[in-house]
Amino acid sequence: MIGLSQVYLLAGLAFAVFAALSGGDSSNPRRWSNAAFWGLLALSMLAGDRLGDLGNGVLVLALVGIAGFGGLGRGAAMDDSAARQQRAERHGNRLFLLALVIPLTALAGTFLFKQVPDLVDPKQVTLVSLALGAVMALALGLAWLRESPVTAFQEGRRLMDAVGWAAVLPQMLASLGAVFAAAGVGQVVGSLMSGVIPEGSLVGAVVAYGLGMALFTMVMGNAFAAFPVMAAAIGLPLLIHQYDGNPAVVAAVGMLCGFCGTLMTPMAANFNIVPAALLELKDRNAVVKAQVGTALPLLAFNIALIWWAAF
Amino acid sequence: MPMNLWVLIGIAVMVGGFMLRFNPLLVVAVAALATGLAAGMDLLAVIAAFGKAFNDTRYVSVVWIVLPVIGLMERHGLQERARALVAGLKGATLPRLLTGYLLLRQITSALGLTSIAGHAQTVRPLLAPMAEAAAQPKDQAEADEVKAMAAATDNVGLFFGEDIFIAIGSILLMKGFLEQQGIVLSPFELSVWAIPTAFAAFAIHAFRLWRFGRRRR
Repeated sequence: MIGLSQVYLLAGLAFAVFAALSGGDSSNPRRWSNAAFWGLLALSMLAGDRLGDLGNGVLVLALVGIAGFGGLGRGAAMDDSAARQQRAERHGNRLFLLALVIPLTALAGTFLFKQVPDLVDPKQVTLVSLALGAVMALALGLAWLRESPVTAFQEGRRLMDAVGWAAVLPQMLASLGAVFAAAGVGQVVGSLMSGVIPEGSLVGAVVAYGLGMALFTMVMGNAFAAFPVMAAAIGLPLLIHQYDGNPAVVAAVGMLCGFCGTLMTPMAANFNIVPAALLELKDRNAVVKAQVGTALPLLAFNIALIWWAAF
Repeated sequence: MPMNLWVLIGIAVMVGGFMLRFNPLLVVAVAALATGLAAGMDLLAVIAAFGKAFNDTRYVSVVWIVLPVIGLMERHGLQERARALVAGLKGATLPRLLTGYLLLRQITSALGLTSIAGHAQTVRPLLAPMAEAAAQPKDQAEADEVKAMAAATDNVGLFFGEDIFIAIGSILLMKGFLEQQGIVLSPFELSVWAIPTAFAAFAIHAFRLWRFGRRRR
């Protein structure tokens, strides 16, 4: 059955190639740091299950050491824009067809793979479709554009170096969430939040719940981690049981309050920090800043919606 | 049971570390170690717990396998084509372009098609250069602002579309949590309540995009 292990194998091989090409990039003054960083990620993808928990922990500390002390470097750009412009005119808008291969494969895979649960692990349909789309687009692109795989991976490595350490920040933050959960951070925050609600105030409880969801999501970077905490501390005992609120509204719109928090925090790195790196923006927090103006009014709307629709 | 407030030290480390602009990976690692130690775990146990969590969440970093093909397409001028396409369209203003993308992203996410777009797959190679071509920024700072707004639009469309789909993770999480508390709801009863917020998100963000376009004129 095709599932996570095949996807990790593919990702591990890709990172291994990035590592090798980084090591050979003499225009990058810190090329060995880059090679070690991508190499460790390749090791994690290829053999993470065999390293043991402590081994994986040491691997993470090594990644942090490389990124935190000295950091990664970037090589010189190897392609000039005039050549790109020339190629762009040659290929015309057919390039967009190639660009559509990944989304279309994701689309088709989402529907088709569900029909063959023996072939593809139903829980991993999305990741398998993404990986398949990437491989198919690459194969088609290499054949059509008559490039060697090395060229494609050099270009990929150039983008990877542009993203740099931010590439593993989402995974690091997800892991931090697990440590927070093991240490009971959620319960402490939840009981602190429920302690500030004025006795007998429905509006106070609704506002504390909505704001609490948004704020704790900003801390954790993830509404999924905040929901069980806030629902157990305020949503369930006060809004649903004491004030008899509609549980579907309290839960569903409460989660959306959390999503507003996701828009406002660097902790949600894959949505907020990674795109800033990927788009090579000067300000690491530029995407968060662009989102606050949407998130705050929407949070107010959500809190009002709970108050109006649940009671 | 008395509360151990010390476990909140990790949050303080995160806020302080981000504000003092230390490397975020370093900040996260220190926050994890501080939290684990405050909870009474010994150092090796914290490192092992963090390592296990890192290994269990590798799927988060799989998305980077799209980079070689994105790089290949960019080498052959994908960004230039995206710019030329928008520049050739009369009336392709920045607000119209991004509002159209927002609508498309919300609708496809609501149908469960969350991974057909994203920052690596569509924003960097297509949407951001199109937005730049439509906006024609005067300098780098303005170009950054436009690109950040393109990324923001992808996030807003995804977040406030996906919860309408009944089989998305957050709906299943809520259903499971409520079920444990003896409240049985169907996914549909939950997901239907994402619809008002989806309309509000579209209205608010589209309004901001319209103002963003006017301010720049």
